This record gives sequence, C-alpha cells and structure tokens, in this order.
Amino acid sequence: MSFLLHIEHLVAGWQQAATQPFDLMLAAGEIVGLTGPNGVGKSTLLAALAGRAKIFSGRIEQRPGLRLALQTQDVPPVDGLPLSGRELLALTGASDDGLPHWLADRLDLRLDRLSGGQRHYLALWAILQAPADLVLLDEPTNNLDAAGVAHLTAHLRERAAAGAGMIVVSHDLAFVHSVCDRVLELGAGDVE
Amino acid sequence: MWSELFLVPFLTGLCLAILLPLLGCYLRLRDEWLAALAYSHVAAAGALLALVTAMPPAVGGIAAAGLAGAGKRFFAAKLAGGASYALLLLGGWAVAVLLAANHPMAERLGHALFDGQLYFSSSEQLWLVAVCSLMALLFLRKLANNLLLAHVYPDFFRVRGLPAWPTQTGFDLLAALALALATMSMGVMGAFALVFIPPWLAFRRGRNWRAGLWLALAIGLLAYIAAFIVALGLDQPFGPVLALVLIVVGLVIA
Repeated sequence: MSFLLHIEHLVAGWQQAATQPFDLMLAAGEIVGLTGPNGVGKSTLLAALAGRAKIFSGRIEQRPGLRLALQTQDVPPVDGLPLSGRELLALTGASDDGLPHWLADRLDLRLDRLSGGQRHYLALWAILQAPADLVLLDEPTNNLDAAGVAHLTAHLRERAAAGAGMIVVSHDLAFVHSVCDRVLELGAGDVE
Repeated sequence: MWSELFLVPFLTGLCLAILLPLLGCYLRLRDEWLAALAYSHVAAAGALLALVTAMPPAVGGIAAAGLAGAGKRFFAAKLAGGASYALLLLGGWAVAVLLAANHPMAERLGHALFDGQLYFSSSEQLWLVAVCSLMALLFLRKLANNLLLAHVYPDFFRVRGLPAWPTQTGFDLLAALALALATMSMGVMGAFALVFIPPWLAFRRGRNWRAGLWLALAIGLLAYIAAFIVALGLDQPFGPVLALVLIVVGLVIA
C-alpha cells in the first residue's frame, strides 16, 4: 500500500489557530471522512492541505508529484457567464463518462440555465473527474437530492478503486459512513 | 473610400475591431470592464505628457498604460473592488485635461484622443497596430484556458500549481497595452465601446464560451464597418458614431 499523504500534529488556521492537532496517514485508493460540529476546523484542514490556510505547527508530507484536486463550498461564479457544462469539464480535464443521464443530456447548455442541483453536481464532477491522485471534497452532498447522493456515493467508490485517495468533509453522516473507509470525528483533543 | 487615404485608417481600426471585443470578453469574465476605460484615460494622459516633453505621443501613451497595468498588482491589497481602475480613470482624465488646458499642442491632440479621429492613422501606425494585435491575440489564446479556470475554480487553479504570473499581471499588461494602442488610434470612447458592448451582448446571448467569443467578434466587426462608412459619409468624428452604432445594436440584441 502506498501512502499519498502523511499529516503529523497539524494545527492550522487563518489569523489564529483554528484546529486541534491532527494526524492522518492516507493511502492510495482510500477514502477518509471528516465529521464534527461547525467551527471545529474541518474546512480549515482542507484549506491547509491545499496551501490556502496557515499552518501554525505540525507538518504535511505529500508523495512527490502528487496531483491535488479541491472542491470547496464556494459556488463557481457562472451566473451570466456563457459557459457550457462541456466547456466546464474541459477546463479541468474531466471526462463525462459516467455522468448521470439527467446531466449528460444537458452538457451543451449554459451552466446558468441549469437548476441549482444540476449545476452543483456538474461543478463537483469537474473536480472529481479531473486527473488527480488526491481529491479533497468539502460538503459534496450540499444541494444534492437522493438520486444525486446515491450516484456520488457509487462514483466515489469507483474513483477510489481506480487508485485515487480522498478526504471528504461532510455533515451528512449517512453519506460519510456509506462511502468512507474510515471516518474521523473532529472535536476536542487530538484526532486519529 | 478605398483610396490609401482611407484604407490605412480602415485597416488600422479593423485590427482593433478584431482584438478589442475578444479582449473585452476576458475583461468582463474578470469583472474588470472598467479597466478598459481606466487604461484608455491613462494612455491619453501619457500621450499628452509625452507631447509636451517633446517625446512621441504613442510612446508616452503605451508606456503610461503599460506601467498602470503592470503596477496595479502592487497596490491590489489596498485597492480592491475596482478602486484601482476608478483611481486610474480619474487620474488619467485629470492629467489629460490639465495638460490640454495649459498647452496648445496638447489641446489639439487631446481633442483628437477624446473625439476619436481614426482617419489620421498613418501607415506606420497601421503596421504597429497590426503586429501588436496579432501578438496580443496569440498571447490571449495561450492564456484563455487559465483565465477561465482561475475565474471558475480559483482554488483548483492554485492547488494544481498553474503559473499565476501570466494569468494575472501578464493579462493586465496585455489589456493595458492593447487599450493604449486602441486609444491612440480610435480615441478613448471608441476603444471603450468596442471593449464593452460586444462582450456584454455575447455574455447575454452566447450559447457557450466559444460561441460567445464569435458573437462578440461578429458584433464588433459589423458595427465597426458600419460606423466607418457612416462617419466617413456624413463627415463626422469616428468615435461617437461607433459608440452610437454599438448602442443601437446593443439595445436591439439585448
């Protein structure tokens, strides 16, 4: 088993530390879920892994040449932009193979002509299917209906089986437990 | 109309009518359409300043706009929310008007720059505009995907380690230099009209990004040709006629 990511006693934040010390060893093909109450620092940890948040102590070791993909809770600013779903996928190098039929038929429409849920799933898909070794997902089930969550769950498992490692931050405990190999609940004290 | 006297200005404007709508699409993508107006005013001020210091106005205009485009990033933290463009616009306008008010030669050139008299273009200017437009289009094509990706997925753009310099400062510099060239040839408002209105319509009506670019290009070219013929036929300054044609087209299509 090859390790993609090794995190030791990581404390991250913005102006000040916002997380408890965090440890994690992530293998290729493994999906790890992070849950916990609001404000515990789940998204901040992802931001630190992506090089956006400040690291106050601890360290992150990545496999050399690791390709990252990051989905945040920010909605891509596509209102009023003449950008089609097919063009969005092309931007990240994502394939449309495996897209649910309710999106595959709409790839040539402008993104601002899609419903909120369709747009969210397509924006998520563009990150999920981008060529990457490690995929970081922040609340991926937001705005998804039951069919969307079921499709996402199946697809994440397929992506992991193909060798990608994933860290999934979510409040949706049923989703996290159904898709992840391990679930870490962040709270008081050290984790892992 | 097709004598060399008018052919040279026509071809000069034609190059810009291809470049500016496409450039405008990327400025609009970044919510920086005000930049076009700011760089045009700075270029006008730079040209007048060069004139009164016995330098070639074109050099002064391009240098001033280039400095504004490249230097903008140094003050980005203090001048967020489009403030940098508003300050550049006001500063450029103030310097240009003061120079024109205090120097007879600057007054004449100032009128030409703000009226938009395309017909004074020389063949040297045509070559400069043609070569620079071609280079700008090639550079824009190279930047296009990264500009879109950085706008739609800024975090993904960063974690993939894609080069930020050409996408940010490089594009700022490209926009500033293109607007300076356009201002020297067709005036402040003529250039702004071509940068603003075709992309505005393309964003409203385009089926996708590629179709939007083609639509902006088609609107810009057709409006430019119509304005050139009308302004020449009625013996009117080119810039205001182009602006009026584009406004009418805009109201019909939008």
